[in-house]
Amino acid sequence: MNRPLIVVLQVAVLLGGLLAWHLAVTTGIIGSPKQLQFFFSTPQQVLLRTWTDLAGSRLWGHIGVTLTETLLSFLIGSLGGIGMGFWFARKPTMAAVFDIYIKALNALPRVVLAPIFALWFGLGIWSKVALGFTLVFFIVFFNVYQGVREVSPVILANARMLGLGERQLVRHVYWPAALSWMFSSLHTSVGFALVGAVVGEYLGASAGLGYKIHEAEGVFDVTGVFSGMLILMMVVIAIDFLVGLAERRLLHWRPKVATE
Amino acid sequence: MMKQQAIRFDGVGIDFALAKGNVYQALAPVDLAVADHEFVAIVGPTGCGKSTLLNVAAGLMRPSSGAVSVFGRPLSGRNAEAGYLFQQDALMPWKSALDNVAVGLLAAGMPRDDARARATDWLARVGLAAFAERYPHLLSGGQRKRVALAQVLIRDPKILLMDEPFGPLDAQTRVIMGDLLLDLWAADRKAVLFVTHDLDEAIALADRVVVLSAGPAARVVGDFPIPLERPREIADIRDNAGFHALHREIWRTLRLEVQQAYAQGAA
Repeated sequence: MNRPLIVVLQVAVLLGGLLAWHLAVTTGIIGSPKQLQFFFSTPQQVLLRTWTDLAGSRLWGHIGVTLTETLLSFLIGSLGGIGMGFWFARKPTMAAVFDIYIKALNALPRVVLAPIFALWFGLGIWSKVALGFTLVFFIVFFNVYQGVREVSPVILANARMLGLGERQLVRHVYWPAALSWMFSSLHTSVGFALVGAVVGEYLGASAGLGYKIHEAEGVFDVTGVFSGMLILMMVVIAIDFLVGLAERRLLHWRPKVATE
Repeated sequence: MMKQQAIRFDGVGIDFALAKGNVYQALAPVDLAVADHEFVAIVGPTGCGKSTLLNVAAGLMRPSSGAVSVFGRPLSGRNAEAGYLFQQDALMPWKSALDNVAVGLLAAGMPRDDARARATDWLARVGLAAFAERYPHLLSGGQRKRVALAQVLIRDPKILLMDEPFGPLDAQTRVIMGDLLLDLWAADRKAVLFVTHDLDEAIALADRVVVLSAGPAARVVGDFPIPLERPREIADIRDNAGFHALHREIWRTLRLEVQQAYAQGAA
């Protein structure tokens, strides 16, 4: 496919959307501009607010807090998920016993946990890390569990015939297989770490992007809310880009999936 | 003096448990021996239990009855004397060709640098010196087989078990791989048990061709020495008059079994 053409079309979609928004809230074709702007703000105001915020230093503090929470919940959740996934995959009895509890816990909507975590860990970053952890852990856990259990029997038989003992099988076969599954869910788990952080901040915090959006909502500052959302989107896309780079490095042994 | 037997099957039978307590007898008790330095090919119709016999020899599967001995000692657990070349791709996709070849030596406790140096040497022997850093998905089917061959041979096993190793390859590549195998084998003439459904390949490679009957309850129905002289060139050996006589003789036995397998709907 034609790459430059795609980019041009992507930009066109963005400009078209902004233009439609602008016309809808300023020309009065669908109602009073004053009223509409209270509810929907205008593209100029949102962009201007975002620009001044990014130029100042306060916003970067919020971004820093959110990123710290995201990173911590991703790291702790991944470590827990890998450890537990590995353990369960190698000990089928454990897996059989705990299977139902894992499923039950995973079925719980995480939002209901947020107040409890705030109570246990306070309004600082750790209650958000805990919330992110409950999201990341299960994704990584299920992926690693499946990855270890679904190692090709032929590869395993071959490795055994080559003289690999149990510990060497873990190192040369199970571990790389599990990691490849974990990395393939990297986009999802990093995304969920961020969701955990923002939702946690939204429900009770004194810093972070979720807090900033919540604060703007509290005073009916629609421009502030949209600007917060815009910044959140930019952060997500930046993180996604970095994860893509990491993935390409870590999974370089994999066949390239045809995307185009 | 009798030659030492590398592998010996004594009344080895295999049953598979089916649903509702039924039992499928895959192999009727089989007696078979492979002498040290002997290249034995097993041919038989699809689904006759050839691969099962190899898995038993490898120690990956326990026989339902009978016993296997390896150089005179009863086999229990994995057969440490054997290298096994699988039909399917068995390379580790997350390791480069070089690391795949080296892994057996690392497992045996060889230092990493030594293992990699010897693996480099073995990759050159199978003609893949330039592909050491490639991952399996970037190698062709024939190249992956070469890596697998090096991976098995680098450990210098006394016995080589091969399960239709060249089955998935195209005809020309099979000839080239067969020649490569004979070439490498000639260096120290390991005992080989080579399973194939291709009679031409069996005759061209082996010292002896053993025919298994159609399943269920497959048994040995023919055992033919192949007195063609070595070294052999697989492409040329088909012009040999002796080759045709042997082919006719063995095919007379094999054909009945293949027809029976077809009649049972195996293919």
